Amino acid sequence: MTSYITRRLLYTIPIVFGVLLLTFVLFTLVGGDISIEIAGKGATQETIDEIREEYGLNKPLFLSWDSQFVNHFRNALTFNFGRARDREPVIDKIKRGVGPSLALTVPMFFGVVIISVSLSLIIAFVRGTVWDILVVVICVAGMSIPYLSFILFGQYFLAYKWGLFPVFFSPDLTMAQYVALPVLIGIAAGLGGNLRFFRTVMLDEMRNDYVRTAFAKGLTVRRVLFKHVLKNAMIPIITRVVLAIPFLFLGSLLLERFFGIPGLGYLMVEAIGSRDYFVISAMTYISAILFVVFNLITDICYSLVDPRISLE
Amino acid sequence: MSESQQLIKKELSKGTNLWKDGARRLRRRKLAMVCFGVIVIYFLLAGFIYLAEFFDWQIGPTLWAEQAGQSYAPPSSKNIFGTDIFGQSVLRKTLYGTKISITVALCASLISIVIGVPLGAVAGYFRGFVDEIIVWIYSTLSSVPYILLILAFAVVLRDKTFFGYKLTGITAVYLAIGLTSWVGICRLIRGEVIKHKDREYILAAISYGCSRRRIIFRHLLPNVFHLVIIDFSLRFVAFIHAEVILSFLGLGEAERPSWGAMINDARIELSRGVWWQMAAATVAIFFLSLALNIFGDALRDSLDPKLRIQ
Repeated sequence: MTSYITRRLLYTIPIVFGVLLLTFVLFTLVGGDISIEIAGKGATQETIDEIREEYGLNKPLFLSWDSQFVNHFRNALTFNFGRARDREPVIDKIKRGVGPSLALTVPMFFGVVIISVSLSLIIAFVRGTVWDILVVVICVAGMSIPYLSFILFGQYFLAYKWGLFPVFFSPDLTMAQYVALPVLIGIAAGLGGNLRFFRTVMLDEMRNDYVRTAFAKGLTVRRVLFKHVLKNAMIPIITRVVLAIPFLFLGSLLLERFFGIPGLGYLMVEAIGSRDYFVISAMTYISAILFVVFNLITDICYSLVDPRISLE
Repeated sequence: MSESQQLIKKELSKGTNLWKDGARRLRRRKLAMVCFGVIVIYFLLAGFIYLAEFFDWQIGPTLWAEQAGQSYAPPSSKNIFGTDIFGQSVLRKTLYGTKISITVALCASLISIVIGVPLGAVAGYFRGFVDEIIVWIYSTLSSVPYILLILAFAVVLRDKTFFGYKLTGITAVYLAIGLTSWVGICRLIRGEVIKHKDREYILAAISYGCSRRRIIFRHLLPNVFHLVIIDFSLRFVAFIHAEVILSFLGLGEAERPSWGAMINDARIELSRGVWWQMAAATVAIFFLSLALNIFGDALRDSLDPKLRIQ
């Protein structure tokens, strides 16, 4: 186990290197010198030079210990991302945004998973009936509606028109109040694809002989479904759940934008609007690190739920 | 010989291949054929708008900029979907948006096929060092969340000039989507090529003295290409939805109407009770996505029975 984890950790080094290379190529080589843009219109050469100095844009690109290439790696590995356009350190902005983002995405995600896993078990049990067809039709239809439409119509009808929820975030609301509606919309939008995926998983499992044996022994439907089938379907469920966790930290770009929730998604949208490369680059890097770590956790979880899988 | 025997003999002697067999299976699914019809209509509409723009025909969709009524006129017999803030017909804008969406999704698909398929085939066939490099590249790309990666590419590529060609509007959008979404297809093709390369027909081709290029492009790729078609019929939907999100975030087409831009307008309009622009764009996206989703599933079932989902 330890040797496996060590090996996997070593394997993440080239990936982290690759991500840093990617952000360097994108934001420094292709993105170019943005000091003139930062300084704004009518700035003097002096101001531009100052900005260049601060962001290290006047240094050579490669081939020096103090080059932009080396500094990019050094800063990322020490989590020093410099300052954003509005002079606030990027890392502070990110730290501040994680809380509201998680408050939104964690209930949303677990809501979707719990509802779709339990529903899919029931649907797999009544497969081939009218209910099954109805659910599949609703799922495919739900997958075809754009996410933005879910949000806009949800916000318009539930919050604006019928006044069931607050329309926008405001600091005097409790967390439960301002995340309720976005969470609800997120669950509605995500249910289609997830339910359809888990239904396929469950149907594959239902065909196995052990299910027939369990029913033949006279076990109750609930026991067969939620004890026997669910346990055996854990591998695909774990893959989907654990690999989705890094995305939870990112928050939801669109939901946060619409409801004004000051999370990481909102930070991203703002950064895109002002072309703040520093924020986008830092977010890309951090999310990649999270993804790599949770990928490793997924593999370890496999061996925990399925003794047939050994990590050696 | 009876008539039915003759028919069987005729059918048997004709022979079949993967594509013919797939087409036969597809034709039996009425719903899938209806969806195929819907997809064809969208494509024809997009092609027709290109033609109309090229020849400068004065017809509805190309005259989207013209004022068709008062500002924010609700749906009526004159303007089925009402008008927007400038009094432009929402129906015309929606029709024109088809061109933008189809163009983006098609170009993005082509870019990612052109990058992903050869890379996957080469990695799977040669293995070793080449494989490791290619796997490293796609593992790197796939460790950044998809939407974040597209956004990063779109932000950087937007309004940049490469080789004297300025990337404006949708060019940056489909480049960003295309350059980031070849990973899935590359991984798929690589896995399939690894499975295929020890089969007898490849060994036979090697024994004839075929060049490696010929083996990869004439023997291996045709045998795995149906996976590309299946993958993209399903991924097309994701591309269309990505274009909507990018346009909404202000990274898409700015001067001409697109579905994402229409939804973006609707954000402010909805509070005034102006729902028709939003509804028109949603309906347009909904029917195209629904048709693509259903047709894509049917295509997968027809071309690759092993992958069948219930």
